[in-house]
Amino acid sequence: MMLFQLETPVRALVTWFPDWPLVAARLADALPPVVPAAVIGQGVIAACSAEARAEGVVRGLRLREAQTRCPELVVCAVDPVRDAREFEPVVSSLEERTPGVEVLRPGLCATRARGASRYYGGEEAAAGAVLEAADRLGVEARVGIADSVFAAEQAARSTSELSAVLVLPPGSSRDFLAPFPVEVLGQPKLASLLKRLGILTLGNFADLPAADVRSRFGAAGVTAHALASGQDPRTVVPRTPPRKLDQRVEFEPGLDRVDQLAFQLRATADAFVAGVQAEGLVCTELRVLITDEAGSRSERTWGHPRHFTPSDVVDRVRWQLQSQPPVNSRMPDGGTHDGGVARGGLSSPVTRVEFVPVRVDSIAHHGRALFGDGAEEQIHHGLSRIQSMLGHEAVVVPAISGGRLLAERRRLVPWGDSLPAGAPALASRPWPGRIPDPQPATVFASLVPVLLLDANREKVLTDHRGGLLAPPRWFCPGGDPARGRLVVQWAGPWPLRQRWWDADHRLEADRFQLVDGTGEAWLLLLDGQNWWAEARYD
Amino acid sequence: MSSRLSSASPASLRDDLQAQIHLMQGKRGSERSLPVLPSLSRLLPGGLRPGAAYSIQGSMSLAMALLAGPSRDGSWCGVAGLPDFGVEAAAGFGIALDRLVLVPDPGTSWTPVIAAMADVLSVVLARAPERVAPAEAARLGARLRERSAVLLVLGPWPQSEAVLQVNGYEWSGLGEGHGHLTRQELELEVALRGSSRRASVDLADSGPVGLSRHRMGA
Repeated sequence: MMLFQLETPVRALVTWFPDWPLVAARLADALPPVVPAAVIGQGVIAACSAEARAEGVVRGLRLREAQTRCPELVVCAVDPVRDAREFEPVVSSLEERTPGVEVLRPGLCATRARGASRYYGGEEAAAGAVLEAADRLGVEARVGIADSVFAAEQAARSTSELSAVLVLPPGSSRDFLAPFPVEVLGQPKLASLLKRLGILTLGNFADLPAADVRSRFGAAGVTAHALASGQDPRTVVPRTPPRKLDQRVEFEPGLDRVDQLAFQLRATADAFVAGVQAEGLVCTELRVLITDEAGSRSERTWGHPRHFTPSDVVDRVRWQLQSQPPVNSRMPDGGTHDGGVARGGLSSPVTRVEFVPVRVDSIAHHGRALFGDGAEEQIHHGLSRIQSMLGHEAVVVPAISGGRLLAERRRLVPWGDSLPAGAPALASRPWPGRIPDPQPATVFASLVPVLLLDANREKVLTDHRGGLLAPPRWFCPGGDPARGRLVVQWAGPWPLRQRWWDADHRLEADRFQLVDGTGEAWLLLLDGQNWWAEARYD
Repeated sequence: MSSRLSSASPASLRDDLQAQIHLMQGKRGSERSLPVLPSLSRLLPGGLRPGAAYSIQGSMSLAMALLAGPSRDGSWCGVAGLPDFGVEAAAGFGIALDRLVLVPDPGTSWTPVIAAMADVLSVVLARAPERVAPAEAARLGARLRERSAVLLVLGPWPQSEAVLQVNGYEWSGLGEGHGHLTRQELELEVALRGSSRRASVDLADSGPVGLSRHRMGA
């Protein structure tokens, strides 16, 4: 008997948080608390709230069908990162009650039952302690205890809201699992095959001899067979609680000037960078969360071409605050101070700033070379200096992107940020209606109003079929009809029609190229009734 | 370039003397000028001299063509105060966009920004400020010489090595109601080291740069 006990897997306590994607979305304020809500993944419902379930929404339903059943359904997209992030405080809280937690996936974690049941004086009491910890955080949890992780998970899933704990006595896991369908094994291919062979439940599957299962279904089949027999070969591998790398600082009372804030944040930024470095890491992507007195939260992720130093971190906070529009009523005398109020005024005093490392890299990849770091390093330092003078968006790197208007095709990315994914692919598409080479050297950042007149000094227009009503004769670059230049050479109209179905992005215009009497060449755009200069060849 | 090892030939003697003069003027003796496109090599026979400022008047394309030579050669370039800089045209001239940095609006701190850019970038193209004090221009010039950077100013500039003034454009390819622009020819007046001459340049003719020809040294 003793020998048999050694062979059985250790008893496991599995905590399951029902509808975790939904709970996480609500914790992250992505969904409102009490209304019917659902999380959508690939067009189908991934998780839904109890309110939505009461209206007939179930998991796996298509979004359109779900909205038919429950028109007031609020939805948001599934986000695995958010699920994991919001699960972290829950796991740390569980670790305080029952150490040695293994996270199976966000919303599901396992612990060895033995230590906890001995400490709390029984398995039910240990489960109660876990439920209490979850209750304190305001999340719903279910607990299952069984001989294996798999059986404990199924036990937790078969609990109800009224009895949130199910403890299977030792040795009863196999009988408990027997009526479950083979789909719960989580291997769709194997489940489909087993069903076609007439094996519908885990009990049927577990009754097969292990040797036959191995010869027919291979290694994956043997694992599944062990799961079905209540002998999960997986053991609970407790995680090492990660060191907290993020830093937060609270201000009481809140600070309403950027320069004060930057000064106060310096020590926190130092501690943040030192903490990351103590782990042998450097931070290459940083999320800054700023909460103000009014309760609004500003969140932004900043990239860095190398890695963040404390002054870089402070700069990012400053830029993030300066990119928000200040409230004018808080500025008594509109900028007579030395950039203090005019550029540093905030809409509401800041009460909390948090730094969260989003991406880290080993410090070994960022070491300084023995004889300095070459030209690129210098360039980065120089450009960062200009950024700290003028702001993050003031120093940009150009790229060619897709689009029909020339200003659209020019993509400017702030120094240090990475180019949005897909931009090069977009640029290499054919784009019918592209201007033939050479491209104009001056592309106006915003269209400049001009006038193009015919011989009678009437505005040149096109008819409804896109043909020209009269050839252009006079060109007025300033938009003043009295000061016209003779049109020497011209071509057009070159129609430009896009996205007629999209009211915000539709474009219905005609392009003209012309050379005026002074020899300057222009690219003009006729948009309905108005003439614009899009670019100049100079 | 060491004077002690040089033979007595007049050419090498002259090179050594030039190197020594440069050293005494606070420049590095081994410095070589930056290349220009073949179509412009007649106008600026020595290429762009490091530490000098060039004034370009009336043509963004000409400024891009001047940037293209050093950029094709691997230098980093900067453009300041030109929000209307046409990136596609720049790429068409052969400017490497991944080594190009734009500061579209330097704001009121024009000189500090240009100086900070010249510290780290080899060539800086900037729109001339509305007005610049001669003393400020001289300080910037000293900074350029110290960092061996080239400043291309779009507009007038008090202490420029050369002034490239565009007097006229000649276009081909466009008719009356048909065709499209294909080639641009610029009528130029170049004032270089006291002498002035006229020339016409076809900017479309900017094929691959023969680097060795243009790195002869000033």
